[in-house]
Amino acid sequence: MKHLFLIALLLPLAAHADDYLLTIKDHRFQPAELKVPSGVKIKLSIENQDATPEEFDSYSLNREKVIAGHSSASIYIGPLTPGRYPFTGEFHSTTAQGVIDAQAN
Amino acid sequence: MFGTAIIIFREVLEASIIIGILAAATRNVPNSRRWIFAGLLAGLVGAGAVAASTDVIGSLASGIGQEIFNAIVLGVAVVMLAWHNIWMSSHGAELARNAKTVGRKISDGTSECSVLLVIVGLAVLREGSETVLFLYGIAASNDGGQSSMMLGGMIGLLAGVAVGYTLYSGLVHMPMRLFFAATGILVLLLAAGMASQAAHFLIQADLLPSLAAPLWDTSAILPESGLPGMLLHSLIGYDSRPTGMQIVFYLTALIAIFIGMKWVARPRASIKK
Repeated sequence: MKHLFLIALLLPLAAHADDYLLTIKDHRFQPAELKVPSGVKIKLSIENQDATPEEFDSYSLNREKVIAGHSSASIYIGPLTPGRYPFTGEFHSTTAQGVIDAQAN
Repeated sequence: MFGTAIIIFREVLEASIIIGILAAATRNVPNSRRWIFAGLLAGLVGAGAVAASTDVIGSLASGIGQEIFNAIVLGVAVVMLAWHNIWMSSHGAELARNAKTVGRKISDGTSECSVLLVIVGLAVLREGSETVLFLYGIAASNDGGQSSMMLGGMIGLLAGVAVGYTLYSGLVHMPMRLFFAATGILVLLLAAGMASQAAHFLIQADLLPSLAAPLWDTSAILPESGLPGMLLHSLIGYDSRPTGMQIVFYLTALIAIFIGMKWVARPRASIKK
């Protein structure tokens, strides 16, 4: 319980990262290439407009998260070193492909 | 079909490895099989329930409910695995000596069995819910090719179960002394790996700082997308790009459980003398 309380206390801190939006529609990511600054923490807000669930999956970002049909989820990534980080929608990986391009300012 | 097989294999693998190790480790504990089986069933039911409420869980705590849920499930599993390993290090030798008579004497044998149920149930629940969602997605889409994907899923499932079974039979055929050391170490590493995964989820939810991210990158040598990396990930919590915080969690769990095991084993050794 104590830990849950601590987590609850920490929640407001989560609001600081820059917010970037990814949309899933017809099992594709939009935009398929997302430019973000390197060296800072990023909040990815992913909106799944399809009826079926999707799993955002990226080995290079070391992230994995299921997003239910017709719903949204957030994932925190970074700070990233400059470079390209591909990701897929694991449940429809033939079409759901994208890449995050982290660039130095 | 091949892609489907890999996805299902990955999901099944971890639960299968956990069940394989625990089934071997507790083979002399009376009724342990029945409790593991009950855990498996409870986990499957739970996986269905979690899958059905993915949208609710996901939207909790402003979009990071899934990470908190996973971290809590993993945290409970770590505590249970720790309990199991410490229990085994104080009762394991007794159990091996006379498996039949000792069962009745061990008063906390029932609590060990309920711990088994919880560990297996949680492992199946966590890995199974994603499988359920994935299969639901296939069933709900009308792209055709469902039967080949379902076939792929079956292949993945069987391959995952085969790994767990191989591990199990390898362990039970070991000489007794090696067997206790091996299962003890495997459970210890499983628990540490889960602690690291829990930290990973809390970092993904931005509830914990990552410290160094990543601390090292071995993805070029041993990627987690390959079979060896996948196996090591499930077995010992291998991560090709771990954060510093994950290592802190990993080592803390490892050392704490190890000390617990040594601590309960010590007084028994002195009684024997």
